[in-house]
Amino acid sequence: MKILNEFKMSFKSDSRNESLARVAVTAFLSQLDPPVSELTEIKTAVSEAVTNSIVHGYRYEEGKVELSVRVSDNSIVYIKVKDSGCGISDIEKAMEPLYTSAPEEERAGLGFAVMESFMDKIKVTSRAGRGTTVTMQRKISC
Amino acid sequence: MPVMIDNAENTVTARITGEIDHHNAAELRGGIDLAIKLHQPEKIILDFGGVTFMDSSGIGLVMGRHKAAASYGGKLTVTNTSPDIKKVMRLAGLERLADIN
Repeated sequence: MKILNEFKMSFKSDSRNESLARVAVTAFLSQLDPPVSELTEIKTAVSEAVTNSIVHGYRYEEGKVELSVRVSDNSIVYIKVKDSGCGISDIEKAMEPLYTSAPEEERAGLGFAVMESFMDKIKVTSRAGRGTTVTMQRKISC
Repeated sequence: MPVMIDNAENTVTARITGEIDHHNAAELRGGIDLAIKLHQPEKIILDFGGVTFMDSSGIGLVMGRHKAAASYGGKLTVTNTSPDIKKVMRLAGLERLADIN
């Protein structure tokens, strides 16, 4: 497997940057001309991961979110969203559908469920007080 | 303005445009909830015809408006959803809370 192209960006944990992340991923993957429905699903998964970092990871402080995307020669997209925020103490619980630690903000608790549904693989690693990394992959038709 | 509100014949219609994510969901729900509180309608229609993107923040928006409508005895309907948006709504089982078409 060979990586054909990749990009990496870092941005402040400002909610305005949720759309920035989506636009960047869309622009990058559009080079491969994937079906619009696949692009929308990947964009939605990225939006969920970045929102989690901003809403939950940096709930008590500001910080940086790192987004990196790679595309392999067998048309697999690898996405990593990393923050250095408060971390998740119980990943299993956090990934339960409808669980949210921010009900007052009308968070539906479905962020991970959306990521799992729209991507082929998802892995979450986290350390309390150190941050969270979400890695996802999805094969695209192109 | 990402939402236009109409009130007629005991029905509040909220026409939403643009993207629904965590950043702009707060503004959207503020405008819609104000109209619901003011008019206490029998029917609330969320028109998604102008929505170009939605993540799970949109699910929270619909669930919250269902709750707001129900508190005044109102019924929620979601209209003009694109296939992509319907897919996200189905993940949450929103069709159990509102008519979605």
